[in-house]
Amino acid sequence: MKFMTIAASAALMVLPHLAMAHDYKIADLVIDHPMAIETPATARAGGGYLSVTNTGDTDDKLVEARADFLRVELHTSKDVDGLVSMVRLDGIDIPAGETVTLKPGGMHVMFMGLEGHPFQVGREIPVTLVFEKAGAVDVILQVEAREEHAPKDGDHSGHGDHSNHGASN
Amino acid sequence: MKLPVIAALLAVVVLGGLGVGWYLNTDRSGDQFAQCSSSTAVGGAIGGPFTLVDETGETVTDADVLSEPSLVYFGYTFCPDVCPLDNARNADAIALLDERDVKVQPVFISIDPGRDTAEVVRDYTDLFHPRMLGLTGSQEQVRAASQAYKTFYQIGDTSDPYYLVNHTTFSYLMLPDHGFVELFRREDTAEEMADDIACYVNAM
Ligand SMILES: [Cu+2]
Repeated sequence: MKFMTIAASAALMVLPHLAMAHDYKIADLVIDHPMAIETPATARAGGGYLSVTNTGDTDDKLVEARADFLRVELHTSKDVDGLVSMVRLDGIDIPAGETVTLKPGGMHVMFMGLEGHPFQVGREIPVTLVFEKAGAVDVILQVEAREEHAPKDGDHSGHGDHSNHGASN
Repeated sequence: MKLPVIAALLAVVVLGGLGVGWYLNTDRSGDQFAQCSSSTAVGGAIGGPFTLVDETGETVTDADVLSEPSLVYFGYTFCPDVCPLDNARNADAIALLDERDVKVQPVFISIDPGRDTAEVVRDYTDLFHPRMLGLTGSQEQVRAASQAYKTFYQIGDTSDPYYLVNHTTFSYLMLPDHGFVELFRREDTAEEMADDIACYVNAM
């Protein structure tokens, strides 16, 4: 009985949190909708995604993502006539006045070393994003269901070629 | 490190160009599937015998696996970004076909058998579609299957447990008695694929 009460109040505390706009601000940067996509139980790697809007008039650069995994890197997926490769990026440019989006099929935060701790829907992954000028900001990536991110008809945004904008390696 | 990669990529682009050129130039007029695709494809050159290991650890051949219309994709489970997108798209196409009572089996063949055990490919494919079949095998078995389908992959430095694999991302429609009939690219949507596949299966 007591457990149920605790569970219920925990749920009540979580719900408004989920409903809240999920964005973060540091200096002139707004980080929106940081999320990861669920993985199978045996997965060793997962991808993280978010968008960064630079509302200022100085270019910035995402230079690192830190999290509690064996290895965390900034990656982009490249697609050359159907031959796909992932490439490590030294940074992701965030030009003044622009929004840069890390999204499936393009740039991503690559988390390696998930063994035994897969990304399950609802899990929250603390990540520190480090920007060259704005500095470091802690964000929480919410793990979302794979089916919410299925490629939709007419949406060809998943192509590496179009999402490499801002990448530098 | 960078030069061999570039050389390998060039080799692929050249080979891939030849393959696609051949694929586009082959005359297929008069065959029963002529109305199904705007591109001109023909069976025979893509596909062929393979021996692989299925999700339960059983050794299977192409004859066992491709006994029904199948959509075949080569990839690796460590790939968290592109491969899941393509597999989810293929699963969506299969689900659309299910709604039309066109039964097609989605197949995922790992080209990273060093990490992708039978258990791992089972776990992985279950995330996308209950009927998606995961296949793996020995390095030799997987290489032979990849070569039969004219796919390309390049495994990174395996002294690093988190090595990456470059690979082609086409999906192949295989029909019993006909073999390969159609190739789908990453640009193709689930809806386009479902329409094309239904046309082929209904013309069988
Ligand atoms: Cu990656």
